[in-house]
Amino acid sequence: MSILIIAENTQGQLSKASLETIGYGVDIASSMNTEAIVLADGKLNGDGGAGTKGAKRILVAENLSMSDSSQAAATIAEQAKSLGADLILFAHDEAGKNIAPRVAVRMHAGMVSGVTSLPDTSGGFSVNKNVFSGKAIAKVKVNSAVKVLTLLPNSHKKESQSGEAAIEQITASPTDSRVKVKEFVPANTDGAIPLPEAELVVSAGRGMKGPENWAPVEELAKILGAATACSRPVADIGWRPHHEHVGQTGVAIRPNLYIAIGISGAIQHLAGVNGSKTIVVINTDPEAPFFKAADYGVIGDAFEVLPRLIEAVKKFKA
Amino acid sequence: MNILVCISKTPDTTTKISFTDNDSKFNEAGVQYIVNPYDEWYALVRGLELKESNGGKVTVITVGEADCDPIVRKALAIGADDAVRIDAKPDDALFVANQIAKYAADNAYDMVLAGKETIDYNGAQVGGMIAEILSWPYVALATKLDMNGSTATISREVAGGVEILEVNGPFVLGAAKGMAEQRIPNMRGIMAARTKPLQIVPATELAKHTSIEGYTLPPAKAACKYVDPENMDELVQLLHNEAKAI
Repeated sequence: MSILIIAENTQGQLSKASLETIGYGVDIASSMNTEAIVLADGKLNGDGGAGTKGAKRILVAENLSMSDSSQAAATIAEQAKSLGADLILFAHDEAGKNIAPRVAVRMHAGMVSGVTSLPDTSGGFSVNKNVFSGKAIAKVKVNSAVKVLTLLPNSHKKESQSGEAAIEQITASPTDSRVKVKEFVPANTDGAIPLPEAELVVSAGRGMKGPENWAPVEELAKILGAATACSRPVADIGWRPHHEHVGQTGVAIRPNLYIAIGISGAIQHLAGVNGSKTIVVINTDPEAPFFKAADYGVIGDAFEVLPRLIEAVKKFKA
Repeated sequence: MNILVCISKTPDTTTKISFTDNDSKFNEAGVQYIVNPYDEWYALVRGLELKESNGGKVTVITVGEADCDPIVRKALAIGADDAVRIDAKPDDALFVANQIAKYAADNAYDMVLAGKETIDYNGAQVGGMIAEILSWPYVALATKLDMNGSTATISREVAGGVEILEVNGPFVLGAAKGMAEQRIPNMRGIMAARTKPLQIVPATELAKHTSIEGYTLPPAKAACKYVDPENMDELVQLLHNEAKAI
């Protein structure tokens, strides 16, 4: 019996969502008195940070590609079987969504995705997950011997510690010859923070009246160290790129701080941001539904409020 | 080009969510159902576009009970040629994936397109499971799909960017925003949908590995604290000292 945690390598370091999943797995392992083992892909710098979340052992498969869901699933299932792992954990991110369902089939495992809690083992094995795009939480029971979970990002806090996991090199299963990666196109060339990983997000909507007015939104994001996002109408009319669209049919995010400027807060938009810890809404319309979901509200014209907010943040940062 | 598109019945995006029977069941009273937007706007429409340029057939498939028929007719009105409903309650992803994979294996398809996830249970599981059962490649979070003979060029969202993949032979894909634009069915489509074939297939008995024990609603938010628009220093202090967000 053991726990296998799948971690994704991003330029030598394990991704933020992967590190969080390692912390989650290590905490489950200590409460269940079992071992947590990490499996990562590619060329890792040392243990890639796995030890800082309490992992003692990491398997690294240099020839493994998370883009090849067939190869990754075969490799993970083979390791899980030889380690006798009965719990396999992924982050609920691009890699987890690509690979975890395949692993569940191979392992005859029940799977729960987007998990937000530690397992409750008082009456079997149950975990909470968000459903209805964050509008409710379901408690899901898993009945199979082997279980696959994907952890929703920003769901499990574990302080980093000093520590280094022991590294074992392994060989991945053969690649799927039907799939070839032709090209990787980075989303941002200016070092901006990827939206799903951002702790702070500054988002704007139709209230900005035109794409030429986005400079203060971007400036506020920059001085806060935040990512930028937008509402659906703004992405649909082409004022902002599609990858910035947060909401029910765009990206769902759970940052520590979400600042919404000139967004009315339609239920579909709220579904993508309702996991945010603190929500600030800036809107001219005091009746905007978004104020009902906000922690802090500013009723005012974005074009007047934003420059003041930028100055206030600059003063605070200094 | 024979294309199988997986669709799912979901509550409309504006639905107020509540539960009955001691919070063990979703309250369906007054709920309007739609085709899951990712299935309809992206998977189905891209399937139709590929058929229009390459010829072939688009079949929609769902696992569900008779109350799914209206959303199946909607998919036919948008342009699918025929439909299959596997008659079972779709309450476990692996169960659903096995039903669809069995149908896909018995009938020759060049690809299976699904939405990246449903907006009700947000599983993002069925597509990948179908691929594994069929031993086909799977591409999650696909934002673009082009065909050249039997070779597909697919863009996929990955951490920090987009990856462009080339996939040979049949595959399964989970469609995300960018793949296609929503199509509104016209009157001719709606009329034609009434007579298009909808085949109802009995489900294969299979064990289910997961079950929902109950639901809760997220804790209600405290009332919004309003800050004077002239005084943004106060907002910054609140975010720092009270919310500890900056």
